[in-house]
Amino acid sequence: MALIARIRNPRDFWAGLIYIAIGVGAVVLAQDYKMGTAIRMGPGYFPVVLGGLLMAIGIISVGRSLVREGEPIGSFALKGLLLVVGGMLLTGFLFRKAGLVVALPLLIMITSYASIKFRWGASLALAAGLTAFCMLIFAYGLGLPLPVLGKWFGA
Amino acid sequence: MELLANLGIGFETVFTWTNLLYCLAGVFLGTMIGVLPGLGPTATIAMLLPMTFGLPPVSSLIMLAGIYYGSQYGGSTTAILVNLPGEAGSVVTALDGYQMARNGQAGKALATAAIGSFFAGSVATVLIALFAPPLADMALQFGPPERFSLMVLGLVASIVLAHGSLLHAVAMVVLGLLLGTVGSDIISGTPRFTFDLPELYEARDKFVVIAMGMFGLGEIIRNLEDEHTRSVMVKKISGLMPTREDLKRITAPILRGTAIGSVLGILPGSGSIMGAFAAYSIEKKISKNAKNFGKGAIEGVAAPESANNAGAQTSFIPMLTLGIPSNPVMALMIGAMILQGIVPGPSVITDHPSLFWGIIVSMWLGNLFLLVLNLPMIGLWVRMIMVPYHLLFPAILAFCAIGVFSLNNAEFDIYLLALFGLAGYVLAKLGCEPAPLLLGFILGPMLEENLRQAMLKSRGDPSVFFTEPISATMLALAAASMIVVLLPMLRKKREEAFQEGG
Repeated sequence: MALIARIRNPRDFWAGLIYIAIGVGAVVLAQDYKMGTAIRMGPGYFPVVLGGLLMAIGIISVGRSLVREGEPIGSFALKGLLLVVGGMLLTGFLFRKAGLVVALPLLIMITSYASIKFRWGASLALAAGLTAFCMLIFAYGLGLPLPVLGKWFGA
Repeated sequence: MELLANLGIGFETVFTWTNLLYCLAGVFLGTMIGVLPGLGPTATIAMLLPMTFGLPPVSSLIMLAGIYYGSQYGGSTTAILVNLPGEAGSVVTALDGYQMARNGQAGKALATAAIGSFFAGSVATVLIALFAPPLADMALQFGPPERFSLMVLGLVASIVLAHGSLLHAVAMVVLGLLLGTVGSDIISGTPRFTFDLPELYEARDKFVVIAMGMFGLGEIIRNLEDEHTRSVMVKKISGLMPTREDLKRITAPILRGTAIGSVLGILPGSGSIMGAFAAYSIEKKISKNAKNFGKGAIEGVAAPESANNAGAQTSFIPMLTLGIPSNPVMALMIGAMILQGIVPGPSVITDHPSLFWGIIVSMWLGNLFLLVLNLPMIGLWVRMIMVPYHLLFPAILAFCAIGVFSLNNAEFDIYLLALFGLAGYVLAKLGCEPAPLLLGFILGPMLEENLRQAMLKSRGDPSVFFTEPISATMLALAAASMIVVLLPMLRKKREEAFQEGG
């Protein structure tokens, strides 16, 4: 905790931690691949070098965050983040299983809710209109292989 | 007169009904999405890219190029009308363009931007036609060490020109390169970092998902932060045509802007922002009414817009001749070429002459379409700008989901899109820009392949990169540009430049 208190640049600090974590992860995972030699580099060589490099940058970044003053990170748009990312994940889950008819209106309603200007009426109208539009244009008009009705409906 | 014969091939390719239509559709759709506040060319192209996959290679690239100019143009329109530049290059246009709009001269500013862009685009197209073939001939002599060093130079340039902290830009490139290793290894076929997911075996195609997630989703989440401060009001637009007096005033700035933009656009990593910025500051220095700059000087729109467009065009030169993307948009173009089964690089000109010359001719044509179609349609674009954001972004998200799904018919890509949106937002909050990451991702596999081949040839001696003269020169250039930005004095200048520029 003493370390946390000494952070002067939270952006550098957290970014550095992320780099270190990814770098370590890459180097550890790449142990399963052949390293090879400098002449005949195996599939593990390049990833290990990059992972090591990323770790080094992460260490520099964390070190710098203790010395050099920096801006605060600022607040996260947590509601927007959760609704947009969560809504998109749910869409991925429902896309083939339930089809566009269910997945798209849900995505539109969930993500609309992230806005401070959310109104039920406008969003419902948007969801209905846009879903119809997408089905007509993309599925029927352009003939993209999109699941309009999903497996759950026996399609 | 080889040039004329080549251009003849190009015109023959483009002047079919279908290709003309795709060029027009690209320009139209690009402008339509590009005018939406907060969507720059990278996000626009990433969103529209899936629409071009079903087309034959030539049509697909013609349409993509059209989308690119259209979105650039749309970005200038929003910069002028509502002071919301969609991309770094039109930040400079907003300085005087928005002031002109506030003084009731929106029409004049838009027309100036259009005329300047068209002129610059035409000149830059000729430059590409003239310089691309000899450059490609030279590049064909390159062996693995030269190609490796060239890519390093391109990546370093993207680091140097990224906004914000250099350290984080370097980290983003390395992270992009690392992401580029996901999938089966080109030489041995070993699956790397695939976690036994078959969807990740061909991870090189995922650049669309990454771009759409980081530039599109990430940006949308960021916009939700300060929603109440975004209000869009557009005044009535009248008086589109500039007077003879105006035309006289903008001629010299357009010429200068075109020259500056063309030269700076060729440099890897620069794209259009440096040109626009340089043209603006030079114009401000030599202009007789320098005190009007920032208050609605028409020269302050003409010069950077010309430079912006010239640079956007000439940045195709390294992409087409060397296969090196100089900005994220060109990275997407290269990705699209790879998906179409075309290996980007110097051999494109000799192997696919009708594709190459067709793209060049379509560039000029796309600019012409922009000039003759878009000014009369300004009312439509204004209506697009006025679409309230809280109705707009759910629609964009829906289109992104559909687009990403139709790439491979896989819901896996929608999950990936969500993850990269999350990553893009978090990284942006920590002061990391996504552009170098995308470049690293696209160049990574090629970089690794050339590194491995070069080391095999030199029997493991890394000095080969420094003893081959061309390779050594490029690495020296890369090192020099890094050192230059690290020098304290210039570093301050760079920060000022980016502050003023965005």
